[in-house]
Amino acid sequence: MKSAQFDSRFGPYLLLLPQMAVISIFFLWPAAEAVWASFFLEDPFFGTRVFVGLENYVTALTSDDYARAAWFTVIFTAVVTLATLGIGMWLAVAADNVLRGNNTYKTLLMWVYAIAPPVAGLIGVMLFDQHIGPLVDFVALFGHEMQVGVSWWDTAIAMMIVASWKQIPYTFIFVLSGLQSIPNSVREAAAIDCRSSIRRFWTVIFPLLAPTTFFLMIVNITYALFETFGIIDLMVKGEPGNNPKTLVYKVYLDGFRGNDLGGSSAQSVILMILVLALTIVQFRLIERRIHYS
Amino acid sequence: MTEKTLVLTDVVKRYPNGALAVDRVNVDVNAGELVVFVGPSGCGKSTLLRMVAGLETVTDGSIELAGRVVNDLEPAERDIAMVFQNYALYPHMSVRKNLSYGLKNRGLPADEINRRVEEAAEILEIGAFLDRKPSQLSGGQRQRVAMGRAIVRHPAIFLFDEPLSNLDARLRNRMRVEIRKLQRRLNTAMIYVTHDQVEAMTLADRIVVLNGGRVEQIGSPAEVYGDPASTFVASFIGAPPMNLIEVGIEAGRAMRDGVALPLPPSHDGALPAKAIWGLRPERARVGDDGNGIPFTIDVVEELGASRLLHGRIGGAEFTLQQDASAPPPSQATTLLIDPRDVHLFDAETGKAL
Ligand SMILES: Nc1ncnc2c1ncn2[C@@H]1O[C@H](COP(=O)(O)OP(=O)(O)O)[C@@H](O)[C@H]1O
Ligand SMILES: [Mg+2]
Repeated sequence: MKSAQFDSRFGPYLLLLPQMAVISIFFLWPAAEAVWASFFLEDPFFGTRVFVGLENYVTALTSDDYARAAWFTVIFTAVVTLATLGIGMWLAVAADNVLRGNNTYKTLLMWVYAIAPPVAGLIGVMLFDQHIGPLVDFVALFGHEMQVGVSWWDTAIAMMIVASWKQIPYTFIFVLSGLQSIPNSVREAAAIDCRSSIRRFWTVIFPLLAPTTFFLMIVNITYALFETFGIIDLMVKGEPGNNPKTLVYKVYLDGFRGNDLGGSSAQSVILMILVLALTIVQFRLIERRIHYS
Repeated sequence: MTEKTLVLTDVVKRYPNGALAVDRVNVDVNAGELVVFVGPSGCGKSTLLRMVAGLETVTDGSIELAGRVVNDLEPAERDIAMVFQNYALYPHMSVRKNLSYGLKNRGLPADEINRRVEEAAEILEIGAFLDRKPSQLSGGQRQRVAMGRAIVRHPAIFLFDEPLSNLDARLRNRMRVEIRKLQRRLNTAMIYVTHDQVEAMTLADRIVVLNGGRVEQIGSPAEVYGDPASTFVASFIGAPPMNLIEVGIEAGRAMRDGVALPLPPSHDGALPAKAIWGLRPERARVGDDGNGIPFTIDVVEELGASRLLHGRIGGAEFTLQQDASAPPPSQATTLLIDPRDVHLFDAETGKAL
């Protein structure tokens, strides 16, 4: 490629400047601040800080509370990721059977993607509302009074359902477009080669969807880990009490409720490392996707 | 009586949107026979083939394969193998798995599967890349793999839907010969769909000419070429196509713009006042015996072995094909035509008279 378009060698940097500024102000600077703060013990009332080295990390990683939150996060993430993928894929397969090759419907379905997630989140929380939530009424039919935000199990289950519910449309759209990109003739060849449609799905369709599935898995893990904060906050209503919490929510609780800025920073640094690892995995997968075609 | 592998009786296909793609088609395929469905794009060839395969439902009529009506059977339950235009190989499977997938699903024992795969690989010379993925193969190699996937099944009938149209011209000619040899060697019935009349003529035991969802003519290549049932067949089969000239019949002669054209000897009797007069381009000679037909030449095309002379008889366009070794005629000349080579068609229906 030629760089003759630019008169000065600083031109490109100048163009990059706004983007770099945004990244620096909103990402790099807070990140550096967090890393720095994680090595100190901060007194919230007098604003003094004492250098404590890795103590905040040791405290976090050895505390029972942290271990419990970590466990819950792992289970929460696994359940939300798998439920979202499973249900989203199942709906997409059902829709694809109806839609084969129909572009009008496809465009309509893109609206699901545009509209659904925020609305779904809101509706999901309403479903479990203590007073007007239909799901609470439904469970009451079986003689159990759901107490979201009070009972550990009820809250945990409600969180998982609402978090999955919100992410399903996104998964649905991606799987659907993946399905639609599988050539008709390949499905037909499979129909000649294999009688059972279920077996056909697992031996031909599902493997061809693998790149999409990997991609969605990473996206959904990231979502379950980090983007469910709002849902969890709505359910827990800022009352940690006996409620389950994810690691991200714990960062918030410890930092802003517990005023333990150093410990909270250490926890967020641990999460940053996790994000980094996920990002690397994701890039690797995207590279592989390119080799695929 | 020869054994019939496939019998189509009054087969109709109407798509949900109302399009009548196949209209009361009756075709038989004998054991070991290669039948070509040929016709212009959109005439219903693929639809008909896909109905045999079970990929399209049958609106009406019956499809009988090896003595059994298969209308309501799933594609996998029919004893067929298909080769698709774009090959439709499984991109995530190696060539070997592409070949063995269908056999495994039918519960064949592993050693039998291996034997068939090796056999097909040898016949098609694809043994060297059995472990490659389709994306690592050239178009011609993929085409062979697609055929391999069909032959390992040992089906009652092969269904090929324009299998060569994605290949370049040279490879297409070579594969055409190979397909013919392969079909002879396996001695299995085959339906081969193409829009290319050269493929149809060179491959077929029998040609089925389709037009607008209907059968125009069924016959051997020689019959379809030499005795076309309609103007449609006459102009579709053969390149350059048959010369067709609208004529008036007056006193036992075909007249066009004051020029008298010979009539076939068998048609001296009752003829309509108007007809379409037909002659293959290679069936006229330049010459004069005193009552030759005046022919004005506009354009000369040299094709190497032969030469095309495009011109006019009266006001009607006429093309003459002659040997390149013949002396090039002057611009205005006369033609000699043997009346036995002339075809006559109904001016309204286009059917042969
Ligand atoms: N799925 C379909 N729905 C509606 N009409 C179709 C469909 N497939 C084919 N057709 C119509 O049926 C006719 C025959 O199509 P096809 O069998 O594909 O023709 P060919 O293979 O001879 O080119 C065409 O007019 C085409 O538009
Ligand atoms: Mg076709």
